[in-house]
Amino acid sequence: MEHAFSNRPTKAKTTQNIAFWIMRSMTYTIVILATLIFGTIFIKGGSTVFQTSFPFVNTTFLFSKPETLHVVTSDGNKLQMGDKEWRAYSEKNPEAVIEDHKTYVYSAGGIFPCIVGTVLLVLGSMTIALTLGVMSAIYLSEYSKHGLFIEWVRISIANLAGVPSIVFGLFGYGIFVIFFGWNVSLLSGWFTLAFMVLPVIITSSEEAMRAVPKGFREGSLALGATKWQTITGNVLPYAIPGILTSSVLSISRVAGETAPIMFTAAYVVRDELPWEVSKLSDFFLQGVQALPYHIYVVSSKIPQNEYTARVQWGGAFVFLVVVLAIAMTSVVMRSKMRQKYRW
Amino acid sequence: MSTTLEKSANQKKKEEAMSINSLINPSMESMMTETKPKPIIEIDNVDFYYGATKALHGITLNIEPKKVTAFIGPSGCGKSTLLRCINRMNDLVDIARVGAGQFRISGVDIYHPSVDVIELRKRVGMVFQKSNPFPKSIYENIVYGLRIQGINDKKRLDEVVEKSLRGAALWDEVKDRLHDSALGLSGGQMQRICIARAIAVDPEIILMDEPCSALDPIATAKVEELIHELKTKFTIVIVTHNMQQAGRCSDTTAFFYLGKLIEIGNTEKIFTNPTQQQTEDYITGRFG
Ligand SMILES: Nc1ncnc2c1ncn2[C@@H]1O[C@H](COP(=O)(O)OP(=O)(O)O)[C@@H](O)[C@H]1O
Ligand SMILES: [Mg+2]
Repeated sequence: MEHAFSNRPTKAKTTQNIAFWIMRSMTYTIVILATLIFGTIFIKGGSTVFQTSFPFVNTTFLFSKPETLHVVTSDGNKLQMGDKEWRAYSEKNPEAVIEDHKTYVYSAGGIFPCIVGTVLLVLGSMTIALTLGVMSAIYLSEYSKHGLFIEWVRISIANLAGVPSIVFGLFGYGIFVIFFGWNVSLLSGWFTLAFMVLPVIITSSEEAMRAVPKGFREGSLALGATKWQTITGNVLPYAIPGILTSSVLSISRVAGETAPIMFTAAYVVRDELPWEVSKLSDFFLQGVQALPYHIYVVSSKIPQNEYTARVQWGGAFVFLVVVLAIAMTSVVMRSKMRQKYRW
Repeated sequence: MSTTLEKSANQKKKEEAMSINSLINPSMESMMTETKPKPIIEIDNVDFYYGATKALHGITLNIEPKKVTAFIGPSGCGKSTLLRCINRMNDLVDIARVGAGQFRISGVDIYHPSVDVIELRKRVGMVFQKSNPFPKSIYENIVYGLRIQGINDKKRLDEVVEKSLRGAALWDEVKDRLHDSALGLSGGQMQRICIARAIAVDPEIILMDEPCSALDPIATAKVEELIHELKTKFTIVIVTHNMQQAGRCSDTTAFFYLGKLIEIGNTEKIFTNPTQQQTEDYITGRFG
């Protein structure tokens, strides 16, 4: 039935429908791609990390150091074992007939030192980045006056955020490793990574500070508080949830970037775990293994085969879980803070 | 002839009158000072600028202690600006400066370099247009000003909380939930929390910038009643948009227009018999 409001096709409606379908299919494509990426990692990595028998997780992979894998045919039996196991075996069975002895580096054992190294790198660099970043943000939002100099500072910060991570790596190498003489160490890596995320942390912390209502500052100052008391007591606490939001993104960046730590903190392999040091200062001046760098090494620096694939996917899986866990911690902290300092 | 005589007689009378005047003047002055107490705030020929824009033009006025003085005038005429000069809140605005003149409180030039603005603000409290309770408990809101002075003695704080909340006519409404967030209160209660917070540090002067502009009539009435009680202890300067409010709760009213003080005087007189045409136009609602 035709009436005044009956639905008639118009050009505007057709355009709208086409645009709508393009956008919808784009969104679906992204969802599919993300599912594929995560799905592959979870399935392939999951088969390394999980097992069907008790305790259902592969504790060797999670809690031991990387080892060389030995694949041999001994007395006609095909065997696979790690370096240590192999030595014990050959001592026990000196007369065994060994054929087809092949070795594959890093393909046995686990990735424990890499997990530890990545966690240490994240904790240290985020501590440094947040300390420096929040202090700069306080200065910029509360103390600085508008002017050419501050404008210039802001532009520098914005530009710094666009610098590729490899450049930060080279910068860290030049300054911390060589000039300060810290060598390839946790300390060098911490500062390099911290500088990499500093622009983002400063900018978003400043935004978080500015988002705190003016009334909190005025109310406090009008009661005779000093500026510092006002900032620490009545502005910063309410900005912390916002600051933590930005730090969640920075955590994934710090954990994931390989280029900045390649020259400054990461070792391909290291026999001692980070806490196996004789004195405290050595702790800061030691290099560490790190998950992204380890994945890079096993994926591109050694001959590829079915045994290295196991470590690659397992490493990627654990890496995602570690980043997720650290990020979740800060999300939980944020919601706690939000409850405490709600406004 | 007679005219000259008369003239000389007139002149004589005038001279006599003058001499009498000069005789009685001193005693009259002393009488004046007895009835008119020394002003607590003296604003002396003040020019005020935001950058290059002059926001206040040669303002001169005195504010008496333990009285309510209302600033009225159309939006943008500089009431808030003048008010915020009295506790130097304008220091927070980068481009703001006092170009000329003096603000004196109890005779002290408050813009003198030797003045500690922290001490000044402890003695000159402020209540803002937009009520701004901190997102803390009611209790912590009230004791904020004491805690920043380093006073943490529980007994002392408890006393101050009760006294201030009673002073702000809020005690009975909130005494059972002192440790709940102040943000859970109604608009009027929040504004009275801000008043309680201001009186907790025991100031001499309380500045209020349109404290009722966001409140409903009932909450407004409560705050006005409170202002009436507060003036026994404090000197109150209130900016208001609301003519009736100025009429109801102030003793003295100052009318501003375009950054100038047009008229100041006894509230009743300003409202019934203003000397300036502009004041009358504004009060009768012909503009503003
Ligand atoms: N922070 C500021 N920066 C620049 N100009 C301002 C600022 N605050 C107020 N002004 C200007 O000063 C004048 C007086 O403002 P204000 O004192 O807020 O008026 P009122 O409180 O009487 O409405 C207005 O023209 C206003 O635009
Ligand atoms: Mg105003």
